[in-house]
Amino acid sequence: MTILGPSGCGKTTLLWAMSGLHELTSGEIFLDGTPVVGPRPDAVGMVFQEANLLPWRNLVQNIVFPFEIRHRPIDWRRINSLLEETGLAGFEKSAPRELSGGMQQRASIVRALAQDPEVLLMDEPFGALDAFTRDEMNLLLLRLWGETQKTIVFVTHNISEAIFLGDRVVVMTPRPGRLARIFDIDFPRPRTIEMTFQPEFIELIQEIKRAVETGARQTVEVE
Amino acid sequence: MAEVPRELRDEIPTFGEAATHRDHGLIDWTALTSIRTAKTAIEIGTIIAIALGVFFGTEGILRWTNEPQYVIPRPISVVKALGTNFELNYGHHLWVTMQEFVIGVAIGSTIGLFMAAVITQKPFVEKVITPYIIILVTTPMLALVPALRLSIVEGFSIWAIVVAVALASGPMVLINAATGFRRTDLAKIALARSYGASTFQIFRKVRFPLALPMIIVGYMVGSIFGLLTAIAGEMVSPSDQGGLGHQLIFFAAQIHMPEVGATMVIISSLGICLWLLFYSIGKRWASWET
Repeated sequence: MTILGPSGCGKTTLLWAMSGLHELTSGEIFLDGTPVVGPRPDAVGMVFQEANLLPWRNLVQNIVFPFEIRHRPIDWRRINSLLEETGLAGFEKSAPRELSGGMQQRASIVRALAQDPEVLLMDEPFGALDAFTRDEMNLLLLRLWGETQKTIVFVTHNISEAIFLGDRVVVMTPRPGRLARIFDIDFPRPRTIEMTFQPEFIELIQEIKRAVETGARQTVEVE
Repeated sequence: MAEVPRELRDEIPTFGEAATHRDHGLIDWTALTSIRTAKTAIEIGTIIAIALGVFFGTEGILRWTNEPQYVIPRPISVVKALGTNFELNYGHHLWVTMQEFVIGVAIGSTIGLFMAAVITQKPFVEKVITPYIIILVTTPMLALVPALRLSIVEGFSIWAIVVAVALASGPMVLINAATGFRRTDLAKIALARSYGASTFQIFRKVRFPLALPMIIVGYMVGSIFGLLTAIAGEMVSPSDQGGLGHQLIFFAAQIHMPEVGATMVIISSLGICLWLLFYSIGKRWASWET
């Protein structure tokens, strides 16, 4: 599922509330039937805007950081296979500032996935990357999603990214932040970059854009 | 990547090897810390050549102008003075000064660091305490030494100077460490919280490392202030053990200028050692910050 909306409509706030980092002013969020009142490290993994790596730790020390916080034995097999898959093997000892933006963000995804959470919450993770790296990262994310079958909630302000990644696109409108519409995306998987140039894809972009602009007043029930 | 011409390497930042050499502080100590490569050998050679030039140049000028020794001591006589009766003239006093300095800085900086960590937790406490910290930072603590002999630490033990050193270095560590602890990065704290980190874990694994570069700066400034206070305190009101500051006054009063020069050499070597110590600590623990 992807959440799409312009700046300031509360996408990040919604995501932080889902992760239990923010308190809600009203309403409730449920995860597997239990209300979310605080961080749930066993079930939820967060990927932040920009990579949010700790600069005084090297790549692999950053990835084991959650294990240290949670006092868990480090699952080296899982970490190594994730590093292999994301093309980070061989850079374990590198400091974050020695890595490219894409590599840093891949490291932060590995950090979250190494905990094997049920739900992955991603807060505009690729917003700071250039278009080429962004495409690459989107494909990587789809592949990881296909393999792990995690629930991913992905926040973005990029319409084509939202459609490309999502099964469903939730469109939000700004001030006050409300849900405008939910679009079901039925492009076949596995998806390719070429798909984003097809007429149906472009039509959908235009339709979603209109939905954001008119701020369609209808309120939508979220399941 | 294409080979960068040798003479341009200093100007062009290259990726890979260059990264480790680019984290200078105020002074580029790489000339002293990486002697082995051919390039820095030239730099080292130049530094030594200049030192020798100054040394023998001064000697030559003083001999030529026939300046008396009691006005400006000649460099060679300073070296000779340094080699004569070292233990009695300097060794013992170096030990006394080092004791005052190390104990004072250890006490002052520990209290300063602890207070910085505590007061930055509560903005109210910080605001109330800040004026007092500024008073402590701006008051020259060596002015307290004669008074301390009469009040808190009676008599002529080293403890009056230890207290002054602690009072001089502590607030410096406090004020810099507090700046460090105030630089909270919300995203990094949120990261730790999302994995269920406790307040103490957030402090130990996020806030403390984030503050560490500023803490090291605090220790560097604080220890230099501490050394200053120890030497000046000994000049004003030495303990019955003496100390390097006491020796400066003692030799100057007897117009033993080469010995005054020798004491100065020891004191400035101490300062340089401090610099090198904190430079290497900074390089090891805070080099992630460019």
